[in-house]
Amino acid sequence: MPSAVYLDDNAASPLRPAAREAMLSALGMTGNPSSVHRFGRLARRVIEDARAQIAVSTGATTAGVIFTSSGGEANALALHGARRRRIIVSAIEHDSVLAPAQRAAVCAEISVDGDGVVDVEAIDKALGPDASDVLVSVMLANNETGAFQPVADIAKLARARGALVHCDAIAAAGRMPCDMDTLGVDMMSISSAKLGGPLGVGALVLRPGVDIAPLIVGGGQERRRRGGTENLSGIAGFGAATAEAMARMSEQTRLAVLRDKLETGVLALAPTARLFANAVPRLANTSCLTMPGVANETQVMALDLAGIAVSAGAACSSGKVTASHVLRAMGVPDSEAATAIRVSFGWRSTESDVDAFLAAWGSIYARVAQAKRGTAA
Amino acid sequence: MTLAQQIAPAVSGEMGLNSLGFAKRPADTRVVVAMSGGVDSSTVAAMLAAEGYEVIGITLQLYDHGAAVAKKGACCAGDDIHDARRVSERLGIPHYVLDYESRFRKDVMEPFADAYARGETPIPCIACNRTVKFRDLLAAARDLGADALATGHYVQRRDGADGAELHMAADPARDQSYFLYATTREQLELLRFPLGTLASKAETRALAASHGLAVADKPDSQDICFVPNGSYAAVVQKLRPEAGEPGEVVHLDGRVLGRHDGILHFTIGQRRGLGIGDAETGGEPLYVVRLEPETRRVIVGPEAALGRARVTLRDLNWLAGDVPAEGLAVQVKIRSTRPPAPATLFLRGDGAEVVLDVPEKAVAPGQACVIYQGSRVLGGGMIARDISAKL
Repeated sequence: MPSAVYLDDNAASPLRPAAREAMLSALGMTGNPSSVHRFGRLARRVIEDARAQIAVSTGATTAGVIFTSSGGEANALALHGARRRRIIVSAIEHDSVLAPAQRAAVCAEISVDGDGVVDVEAIDKALGPDASDVLVSVMLANNETGAFQPVADIAKLARARGALVHCDAIAAAGRMPCDMDTLGVDMMSISSAKLGGPLGVGALVLRPGVDIAPLIVGGGQERRRRGGTENLSGIAGFGAATAEAMARMSEQTRLAVLRDKLETGVLALAPTARLFANAVPRLANTSCLTMPGVANETQVMALDLAGIAVSAGAACSSGKVTASHVLRAMGVPDSEAATAIRVSFGWRSTESDVDAFLAAWGSIYARVAQAKRGTAA
Repeated sequence: MTLAQQIAPAVSGEMGLNSLGFAKRPADTRVVVAMSGGVDSSTVAAMLAAEGYEVIGITLQLYDHGAAVAKKGACCAGDDIHDARRVSERLGIPHYVLDYESRFRKDVMEPFADAYARGETPIPCIACNRTVKFRDLLAAARDLGADALATGHYVQRRDGADGAELHMAADPARDQSYFLYATTREQLELLRFPLGTLASKAETRALAASHGLAVADKPDSQDICFVPNGSYAAVVQKLRPEAGEPGEVVHLDGRVLGRHDGILHFTIGQRRGLGIGDAETGGEPLYVVRLEPETRRVIVGPEAALGRARVTLRDLNWLAGDVPAEGLAVQVKIRSTRPPAPATLFLRGDGAEVVLDVPEKAVAPGQACVIYQGSRVLGGGMIARDISAKL
C-alpha cells in the first residue's frame, strides 16, 4: 500500500497536537467530574475550561454549552428537544437533522438552487404569519459541497415570527466564524472531530433563555440537559482543538489555494469534469467534483488502493455508498451525482497531497476510459 | 510478507505462469474476490492472500437485509457483510461494500417475480450470476485495474485450445456449473474459481480453519438469499400480486377438480399441495403438468403426462464451437438436482432445441437446461414455455 494521503477532513480531521496533549493530560487524571473531592474538582475544572473555549469560539455563554457524544447527538437534541410541532429544514441538511425532522407533526423540506444554496423565500412562505410552533434548522455550510447558507437572513425572518432557529455548524466550525449573535440563531451544533479534536464529542450551544428537553434524563449532568458521566479526555481535546482552530483560522487561505490547485488540475485532466458550488461562497477546504463516466464508488476504491483517502456522498454504517441527497436536491441528475466525490482538506494537508491526488486521479481516469473503449470495441 | 510467501514464490526463476495463470508475480497481480461473508469466498480470499496476490475483497449489498427479515432495527447490511469485513481485516486486505440494491431488484428480484407470474419456475441465482456479479462486479473489478475476479463457486475454468472453458467442479456433490452456464466467454477470461478443483467441502472448511477464519464452521447458505425465511411466495406476491390470484385446478381431461390460491405456488411435476382429495381424483395420483397464467389455471394429470422428450431453449449461451446441422450428441441437465441425461442438440435462431434420448419428467419453463459434454459446459439456455402441448 503506498503512503497514505488523507483528504477527508470533512469526515474527521486529524487530531491536532494541542488536542492530543490535552487528552493525554486528562487521561492521566483520576475521578469523576461530579465528585465532591479534590479529584472530582480537578476533573470538573478540565471540563469547565473546555466549556469556556467552546463558548468563546461560538459567542455563547458557558451556561449555554451542552456537551454531547457527537455532532449527530447535538442535532438530535436540538430537533427533538425543541419540541416544536412544525419543523422547517433545508433539503441538504445532514441525515442527523433530516431524520428527526421527519418525525415532527409537520415537516417542510425547503429546496435549494443549482449551487446548493437554500431558497430563503421558500422558507419565508413555509413559516407563515405565525411561526411560534416552528423550529427552523439550516446548516451554516454544507458538508458535501461546502456551500454557505444564508443562515443570518433566515434567522432574522424566522425569529421575527416567533420561530426557534437551529443551525448545524458542524462542517463550518473551525473553518469560518460561527458566532451565535452574528448569525442570530438560538441553537448551534458543533462537532469535535471535524475541527481536529477527537471523535465522539460534540456540543449543542444555546442562546441564553432557550430551553431544551433532554434526550438522556437522570444524572443531572450538563445542567440537566444531557445526563451521563462526561467524556473527560474527549471534552478536553475538543476544547483544545477548538481553541487552536480559532487561533489558526487564517490557515483557510492556504487551504483555498490547495483546493483551487486541485480543481484546476482536475479540469486540465478532464475538461468535462464538473465542480459543484464553485460559483458561490463556500468552505475553503471542500471540493465536490465528478470524474465523468466513472462511478464514485469505483473512484473511492481505486483512490484508496492508490493511497488517497476521499469520500463519496454520505456513507452508511455498512460502508455502502448511496446517492447524494444533496446533489439530488441541487437538481444534479442521478447519473452525474453517481460520479461525484468529495475532497476535503485540513490543517495537515500539503501541496504534495494535491500532487499525489492528481497523479492518482489522472491514472484512474485514463485507465477506466481506456477499459470502456476496450469494451466498446 | 508471510513466511509462506518468502519460501514458496508461486512464480520461480524464468517468468512462468502464476497459480491464476498470469505471467507475473502474485504480488503484481491484482485480484478482486467477491466475498459473500460465507466460508467459500472467505477461503478463496485467504488462499490468494497467502499466495501473495494483491487481494481486494468486495461484498455486494444486494437487498435491504432489515426489510427482508422484516425486523425493525435490523441493520441494512446484515451479518454477512460484517463477516466478510472481519475476514478481510484478519487477512489484512482492503474490503469494500458496493450498493447493488437497485440493480439487484431490477435484474434479479423483479424478473424472478415476473417469471412466477408467467407460470414459470425461475432460478434467481442464475440471473444474479449473469447480471450483478459477472456483468457489474466484473466491470467494477476491471475499473479497479484488477487482473481477475475470483469467486467461491464450485466450478472449474480451464484454458483450452480456443480460450477459457467452463467445467464441472471436481466434487460432483458441490458442482455449481448448472448455475453458471450463462457466463460468457469474455467474462470467463477474467474469472477464476479456485475452489473448483477441491475434492470436497470438508477440504474448504479445513482450509478456512487453517487460515484461522472464524467463518470456517459457518453453516452453508440456504435457498434464495433475499428470501431469508423460505417464503418466496410472500416476496413474489408483494412484487407481482397477480401471481397470487386464485384460480382453478383442472385435469387434462377437462374436469375442474378444485381451486388454488395462485399459480406461484406450483411447479411442473409437483404432486403435493394440490389441495384436491381422493374424492375428486378418484384416487389417481396427479401431478402439475402445466401452468396457464392467462386463465390462472393449474393443469394436472397422471405421471405419464409429464414426460417430455423435446425441450425448447431461449437465450442460449454458447461456449463451444459449431453445432452440426444434424445435431450434436450432448448430455443435459434440466434441473439442478437431476443428473446429466443424454440428448441431441439443435441450434434454432438464438435459441436451441434439445431432444432427450429418454423423456424427462418435470421439465419446467424458467429452469435452465445446461448442456455438457463430459465435464465441460458447452452452454445452456432457459427452458421456454411449451405452447404446443394440448389440453
